[in-house]
Amino acid sequence: MSENVESQSAAPEQDVLLDVRHLTKRFAAETNFFGRATSYVQAVDDVSFQIRRGEAFGLVGESGCGKTTVGKMLVNLLAPTSGTIIFDGHDLTAMKRSERKRYCKDIQLIFQDPYASLNPRMRIGDIIAEPIITNNILPKDQVESRVDELLECVGLANYMRNRYPHEFSGGQRQRVGIARALAVNPKLIVCDEPVSALDVSIQAQVLNLLDDLKERFGLTYLFIAHGLNVVKHVSDRVGVMYLGKMMEIAPKKSLYADPLSPYTQALLSAIPSVDPAAKRERIILEGDVPSPIDPPAGCRFAGRCFAKVEGCDEVMPPLSEVKPDHCVACHRFDAGGPGAAVA
Amino acid sequence: MSMAKNKLLATEPAPSGEALLGGKPAGASKERRVSVWKDVLAGIVSNKAALASAIFILLLAAIALVTKFFPQVLPYDPYAQNLSESLLGPSAQHWFGTDIQGRDIFCRVLVGTQITLTVGLAAVAISLFAGVLLGSVAGYKGGKWDTVIMRVMDMMLSIPSILLAIAIMAALGPGIEKAVVAIGLVAIPEYARIVRSEILSIKENDYVAAARVIGDSNAKIVFKHVLPNVLPSIIVRATLGISTAILDAAALGFLGLGVQPPAAEWGDMLGRGRNELFRAPWLMIFPGLAITLTVLAFNLLGDGIRDGLDPKARKR
Repeated sequence: MSENVESQSAAPEQDVLLDVRHLTKRFAAETNFFGRATSYVQAVDDVSFQIRRGEAFGLVGESGCGKTTVGKMLVNLLAPTSGTIIFDGHDLTAMKRSERKRYCKDIQLIFQDPYASLNPRMRIGDIIAEPIITNNILPKDQVESRVDELLECVGLANYMRNRYPHEFSGGQRQRVGIARALAVNPKLIVCDEPVSALDVSIQAQVLNLLDDLKERFGLTYLFIAHGLNVVKHVSDRVGVMYLGKMMEIAPKKSLYADPLSPYTQALLSAIPSVDPAAKRERIILEGDVPSPIDPPAGCRFAGRCFAKVEGCDEVMPPLSEVKPDHCVACHRFDAGGPGAAVA
Repeated sequence: MSMAKNKLLATEPAPSGEALLGGKPAGASKERRVSVWKDVLAGIVSNKAALASAIFILLLAAIALVTKFFPQVLPYDPYAQNLSESLLGPSAQHWFGTDIQGRDIFCRVLVGTQITLTVGLAAVAISLFAGVLLGSVAGYKGGKWDTVIMRVMDMMLSIPSILLAIAIMAALGPGIEKAVVAIGLVAIPEYARIVRSEILSIKENDYVAAARVIGDSNAKIVFKHVLPNVLPSIIVRATLGISTAILDAAALGFLGLGVQPPAAEWGDMLGRGRNELFRAPWLMIFPGLAITLTVLAFNLLGDGIRDGLDPKARKR
């Protein structure tokens, strides 16, 4: 599979900020009497992708597909079982813990739940100041003005500095979370479903804010979401995950215009339409996501796929570049594979 | 803070909706930076019961200090026997009556404040320190640390606490300082269990993960993000613990292991007065009242401190 992954970036090495290779995370599902694991949950299984400097990469998939686990491994909240994370030319996975810590501040995380991600006993100003002080970014006397600046950046007034999180609405709390992530001048921000806990009306505001900040500070985003509709607004390229595997990676336009993986097609057909008269062909998938404990041997999606061909049950198709910059893991596009002719 | 400014803050638009950049109050950028201690103080002052309790406890402390360093202010010697005045009821001469040796109970209750307060606070300090430390390590580190620490705590809990205290006293020998140590040690598991279980749930919160992403060290995460959120339950337990410690000291004293006669200690006085309950009820009533009021005051004060520490319970 590896050769295919490398070919993924056949396009000249555009300034790659993050290069994730064969990232795998297993959790022990059951342990025997001695605490040794007897079966594993394959949360993330051999996932590779690249994020270019200045782009927003959307990572999409349904609940339990491992997208949040990927995000957590990037910010060092979880240690990968295997695989490498190369960030800005440095292999984070090969580093010692103390060395790794220096790069921690360059990758920041915006949390999904704005109600759980702020310490209820700290004032907003202290929450935003903490990363600055911890990482010694500014001398003490400049911290306060920097906090004011950050509050202004995310659209909060600076007199709110002395308030507590419970005095804020969900959208405002999420803005505080964004300000905290910005405080250390990160290069990459992992947005872990940053709007899924918010009202639709506020979702748009927060998404626009993220977009503005990206322009203003030249940020790079990994944008994790469970639906393609949110990702459509913010990402330049999109990766689709299913059951721990990357199914398709493509530029946004190419993905929405011509989804290749049957799973992506099903996801796209599930986006509600604004026009009630529009006749759309909904793809209704049958069955459930298989258990990530001992996942199926062949293509992870084979059990529910409507375009199954011979061989799908035997081997997981590798992710291969089918069109320029458009990669898919599907046997129908697998040159020389069992179902190549069908495509 | 001036009243005018208070008004201004009160009329600010509530932070609802997302229209956030509305006009900020003039001069508000250099607004209040308030310390936690001021919050606690405000919490106590705004709660009448807590305020009364705080005053009562300060009064007790003052009595303890005055009777310790200026015993001449007392009308009678609390230790001198006067058998001709044995078991007199409350009167103008002896407000709380006299005990079987003819000692003035009012004076003995006042002097007893010294030992009672010391025992309560010192024993709780011991169990609080050790309990929070062990509970934090067990809860935050988990794994083997958790297993080893909590099994030892379970062993301690499996023995009735007063029996365990007696066993520790047997090893250390009698005396009030040793009673304090024994009472403190015996209560450690309760604190450790509370702290551990609170930490187990708190450390799963996203804000703890956020602190880790920022690069905070484990110690900083525990002290800044985890323990402040455990504080309310610890405070409530500790204030209750003061009362338990006072009662335990009384029990040990009753068994002859705590204070030694003729020292005055409320629990000890209660225990000795039991024999004369029907003949001279004042022997038990007044020390008992003193214990009750003190315990109540510590509990109410604890409630006030807890509310003062909780940003959500604070009234603006």
